[in-house]
Amino acid sequence: METIVKPASFKSEPQKKVKEKKPIKMNGARAVVESLIAEGVDLVYGYPGGAIMPVYDEFYKVQDEIHHVLTRHEQGAVHAAQGYARTSGRVGVAIATSGPGATNLITGLADAQIDSTPIVCITGQVGSSLLGSDAFQETDIVSISTPATKWNFQITKAADIPEVIAKAFYIAGSGRPGPVLIDITKDAQFEEVEFSYEKCKKIRSYHPVPEFDNEKIKDAAELINAAKKPFVVFGQGVILGRAEEEFKSFIEKADIPSASTLLGLSALPTQHKLNHGMVGMHGHYAPNVLTNDCDVLIAVGMRFDDRVTGNLETYAKQAKIIHFDIDPAEIDKNVKTDVAVIGDVKETLVEILPLINKNQHTDWQQKFKDLYKVEFEEIIDKQLNPTKEGITNGEVMKAINNETNGEAIIVSDVGQNQMFSNRYADFKKTKSVVTSGGLGTMGFGLPASIGAKMGAPEREVVVVIGDGGFQMTIQELGTIMQAKVPVKIVVVNNNFLGMVRQWQEMFFDRRYAETVMTTPDFGKIVEGYGIQTKKVTEREELEEAVAEMIASKESYFLEVVVEKEGNVFPMIPAGATVSDVRLK
Amino acid sequence: MEKTLYTVSIYTENNIGLLNRISSIFLKRHINIESLTVSTTEIENVSRFIIVSYMTEEKIKKIIGQIEKQVEVIKAYYHTNEESIYVQTALFKIKSKLLFEKREIQNIIKNSNAQIVTVSPEFFVIEKSGRKEEIEELYQELFPYGIMQFVKSGRISVSKEEMRISEILQKQLN
Repeated sequence: METIVKPASFKSEPQKKVKEKKPIKMNGARAVVESLIAEGVDLVYGYPGGAIMPVYDEFYKVQDEIHHVLTRHEQGAVHAAQGYARTSGRVGVAIATSGPGATNLITGLADAQIDSTPIVCITGQVGSSLLGSDAFQETDIVSISTPATKWNFQITKAADIPEVIAKAFYIAGSGRPGPVLIDITKDAQFEEVEFSYEKCKKIRSYHPVPEFDNEKIKDAAELINAAKKPFVVFGQGVILGRAEEEFKSFIEKADIPSASTLLGLSALPTQHKLNHGMVGMHGHYAPNVLTNDCDVLIAVGMRFDDRVTGNLETYAKQAKIIHFDIDPAEIDKNVKTDVAVIGDVKETLVEILPLINKNQHTDWQQKFKDLYKVEFEEIIDKQLNPTKEGITNGEVMKAINNETNGEAIIVSDVGQNQMFSNRYADFKKTKSVVTSGGLGTMGFGLPASIGAKMGAPEREVVVVIGDGGFQMTIQELGTIMQAKVPVKIVVVNNNFLGMVRQWQEMFFDRRYAETVMTTPDFGKIVEGYGIQTKKVTEREELEEAVAEMIASKESYFLEVVVEKEGNVFPMIPAGATVSDVRLK
Repeated sequence: MEKTLYTVSIYTENNIGLLNRISSIFLKRHINIESLTVSTTEIENVSRFIIVSYMTEEKIKKIIGQIEKQVEVIKAYYHTNEESIYVQTALFKIKSKLLFEKREIQNIIKNSNAQIVTVSPEFFVIEKSGRKEEIEELYQELFPYGIMQFVKSGRISVSKEEMRISEILQKQLN
């Protein structure tokens, strides 16, 4: 077992070299770069432009220390930073210029905010004397980004740069992580500053890790020990809190069947005997049905998103609810709890473990297994071992599982491709899921995979994207080409915006409004970027093509033409009760 | 659930962007703000927002959670009218000649415990501090005589319970 360390937070690597403590004179732009180096940053994603040029001039001088990856769009930069943060456990960094450069970051900021991803974005801004004058490429990015950031700040004086950047990294990575945006006026980048750097360790108005209450832990333990049919739903909090081992010990000791949210996947290996899959709209049958049968529901590091709960009026009403979370604002936000254990899960799970009785819930576990059988026969088997014409998304994932031995990081885009790949992926290691959960950002996959690979270069990274999402950020193939990022790209092409089409089929009498898509010859486009490609249209070719892709040392593009009107099931229709999950 | 008028008191760092951040928490949830005041406090560099709004208690608790989550918010509280001492201030600008022509105005001012803050040959200004209803009553009484300008501040309030902000800040720094 991992040794228990201090409250988990996203820390950047220790300083590479001990910088001299005494202040050194430099310009603000240099101070930005030195601050990043002091935070252990050795990789940033970005796109230059007028108002950030002084900072780029300094990046040019420190290429040995900071690798700047030029994306093809600022949205690509911020998603790459997110992918990096998710697989490395460090704070991701994206750089952009003022005006359109800055506004192009917004989707990624909103995505990181709702999915609690620690990133720091630095934007250039027009000179402070021009602020408010509608100057060229001026936009009020601080106001625009406010609801999409954990914290943001505009620097107009070079002297503020080290302290503000230190705060930015501390805030982004501590407690419940999130995105921070720092906007720096051009004059502040030119202005001279006496540089000295001190990492931020405390902000008096900010308590990232609330102290836990022993009484609540006792109350929770009592409920768990008395439970006949306990059920755990775990989320990304387990991964963000680096509490995978503590979590496993907890559920194993009490023998509690568990299921994950989308972002919680891979916190517990897929094959673990207590892992019954995923909850929510396209989650697994057993955990959804039995949510409304359990007597104690233990939520660990998750936020009861509407895609998880369905109709709140009928969600687990029979159960006592225990909620472990680091963010007090999540308690009772959507689901009323009986016992709220606020705090860092790495601490609270350690604390509760000795109070939990060793237990066995054989009959209750059997219920999960029985319902799995139903789902297997109705859905899973047909996806993995289809007899019909048309390649299924499930068999694509099965081939990837086989070739990677479940060791790969699976990045997905949004829609059917996302639900299929996460439902059928066999995760063995934590931090193996990179996807846009809360915001559902189409176009996230390709740029996020760049960051995912660079954040965990020793691991295989496979990104699965639909033909729609691929075309939203297709330009990042240029980044993959230039930065030589060996990601394996799988486009599952059904010539449809599949998820919306599925809803149209089910709820709009098959009126396929604007979901039919004529796609270009992807192979030709990708070849233009010098990336090896293959297109598979027949089932017999699939395994070999996936094997070739995984064996490749370089980036590789595989297009799989999948069945046109395949649907993702099970499904809880929006607003329906979890236990009314449909198998067809 | 029934909506009640709550006074939200938020102790914060003195930061330029915070007003935006806090008001957007209300905006996002379609909650109308009846009044909003920001001022300095008994502690140096600490600001206090006082926001008055109609809400259910369930909703206000969630709002407080979201407010306290903001990095630069030190602490947020909510109180009902019974739990706090609160006033608003209003200014009435009225033609000076009315003061001499309509003697009743002098009685209205006296009976309402309002004060005359300035008098010039053209106009005079009455200041009235008190509860919303008292200010409205004075407005109704003065209205028939002609009011040149009228303005009313947001609510300011202090709670009956202790806030212990200094203690919280001290604890944070240790």
